[in-house]
Amino acid sequence: MSLTHKNTVKLASILTIITALLFSWSSHAQGVDAEQRGLDIALEADKRNSGFVDSQEQMVMVLRDKRGKERARKMRTKSLERHDDGDWGMTIFDQPADVKGTAMLTYSHGLEPDDQWLYLPALKRVKRISSRNKSGSFMGSEFAFEDMSSFEVKKYTYRFEREEACGELTCFVSEWVPQYDNSGYTRTVIWHDQQEYRAQKIDFYGRANKLLKTLTLMDYQLFNDRFWRPMKLEMQNHKTGKSTLLIFKSYEFGVGLSERDFDQSALKNAK
Amino acid sequence: MNSMFKYLGVSIALYSAVTFSAAEDEYDYFSEPPSTVAISGELIGQFRNFKDHAERDSQSNTNVSLAFEPEFYYEFPDSKDSVIFTPFFRWDEADSERSHGDIRELRFHHVASDWELGVGISSVFWGVTETVHLVNIINQVDGVENLDEEDLLGQPMVNLTLVNDWGNLDFFILPSFRERNFSGRDGRPGTNTVISVDDAIYESGAESKRTDVAVRWSRSVDVWDVGLAYFHGTSREARFSEEAEYGQNSFSLNSYGEVELIPIYDVIDQVSIDVQATFDAWLLKLEAINRSGQGDRFVAAAAGLEYSFYDVAESGIDVGLVVEYLYDEREFKATDDDLSLAIRLAFNDISSTELLAGFARDLQNESLYYFIEGSRRLGDSYKVSLEVRGVSGVENGDPLIALYGDNFAQLELGYYF
Repeated sequence: MSLTHKNTVKLASILTIITALLFSWSSHAQGVDAEQRGLDIALEADKRNSGFVDSQEQMVMVLRDKRGKERARKMRTKSLERHDDGDWGMTIFDQPADVKGTAMLTYSHGLEPDDQWLYLPALKRVKRISSRNKSGSFMGSEFAFEDMSSFEVKKYTYRFEREEACGELTCFVSEWVPQYDNSGYTRTVIWHDQQEYRAQKIDFYGRANKLLKTLTLMDYQLFNDRFWRPMKLEMQNHKTGKSTLLIFKSYEFGVGLSERDFDQSALKNAK
Repeated sequence: MNSMFKYLGVSIALYSAVTFSAAEDEYDYFSEPPSTVAISGELIGQFRNFKDHAERDSQSNTNVSLAFEPEFYYEFPDSKDSVIFTPFFRWDEADSERSHGDIRELRFHHVASDWELGVGISSVFWGVTETVHLVNIINQVDGVENLDEEDLLGQPMVNLTLVNDWGNLDFFILPSFRERNFSGRDGRPGTNTVISVDDAIYESGAESKRTDVAVRWSRSVDVWDVGLAYFHGTSREARFSEEAEYGQNSFSLNSYGEVELIPIYDVIDQVSIDVQATFDAWLLKLEAINRSGQGDRFVAAAAGLEYSFYDVAESGIDVGLVVEYLYDEREFKATDDDLSLAIRLAFNDISSTELLAGFARDLQNESLYYFIEGSRRLGDSYKVSLEVRGVSGVENGDPLIALYGDNFAQLELGYYF
């Protein structure tokens, strides 16, 4: 009797273990599936965005406080696509007038810290700066430096969550978890439309799974018959009630920029 | 005091006028027509208040000054060539020497695929450290502007840059020399000893017409930014002496019966190195020079580190700490064996509020130089800044004695366009 009981207990525990194993295996398989699908969506979106070789943009940032008071910032950006490493970028500030002529050069490296130089026109000085400041505010806006940096696949891990309607379109919803150091986010949730893999909305979460900010990407236009780009982006900060509107005047692709347009001499003469 | 109120009144009127007109086309962000010549610049009103009473009757405890620096920039349609013109004017209430004009830039610049050429009057900055700018030698310091030696007089030059995989090579031909300008006897700070503004003693027979040369190699690899340079020519830094130099008296008596020192400009050879290593939030910096031709050959160096805490306690504020050690083999140098400490706060707000405060203290005596610099944008086109500079515990043998009794606070309101 005691033996039988013992055996029953043993059998029950073995069954429990097997069930647990089976369950965990299947959920693991689902996890792998979801991760693979999340990665595939990110890769497809990246593929559709790459091959632009180089680009230049003109934009206005409208900083809006809680009471709706606005301040405008104007800048120009140039980017050079790099295949062996992260992209190169130059940002030239035109407004406010006291920072006019200030320019920033960035060689991004994915998981490694970026190389970054700042040109200060009043002193004619080029300063190498730390790129650790990922979560800090860009120009006093609701965009953080990491929101403005170039996308590299290895910067996140991915997980497909679900499909759902987003406006008139249907979207893939995936979770991206930053893998680079010093991010201000624990995770982000991103909506890509199924038609063109364009990012439509991004939710940014901080510690304790708190929703910090929401980015909405609007007015997509097709350039060079190939590249979809949003003409308007709005970042809403849920913590402070402040928001920033980023309006693009133009995108130009394949304008013939070279490495020489992204060195320290070019930084000094950026204007 | 009257003039201060007058100045503030004018500024406020100007501020409101521009603010209201700007509000009207608030939504017309891209409305500017492409102009052929881009015009920008700044107009800055300055008020200084000195803590201690002036030593001379002609000096004052308060001072108002106005500076104007417009910039005209034209880029040729090929975008390879450009011309820039930046005149500078300052009017000063008390000091006729500080009221001055200068051409900061008047330069033609050409960019090619592996070289660049700049011809005309321009400014060049070399170096990495914050407290002193030892290796920066191409331009003369505009000595009446501020004590930080960060305002430079325009220097005529031909500058050829060769861009290579192994770094950039810069060649400079510098025809003619600019004398450093010093505050007059009615001005403050730093006029306890009066420096002659009419005379200068040159080693070179060509005097200020001598053509100087310089070459610099610079490269950025991985976390390293390195520069090596050589300069041969008239020293930008003046020397003072109690004896006759190059057959001329090195001081004279002015009409008030005071001794005026005459700046002595030797021909020097200088090699320099500047290095910065950037490891995450750490910046490691070194500048060193080796100069001959100005008395005995000597070495001077500055080395330090900077660390930044970003977004402290989720406040959005960055806090940077700067520590630098300053060394100079020369006697009678303020920064001969000093340690400097500074803290920098960046609030990253809509007004770009910033604060920098620090001091440099001599390790051999009690002499201390301190500074506070704060600034904040007002609206879109204005910036207000406050500075405090001074010395304390200065011993008689220390060159900082030149600034004794001239501790001051400075308020500036700038209009930028």
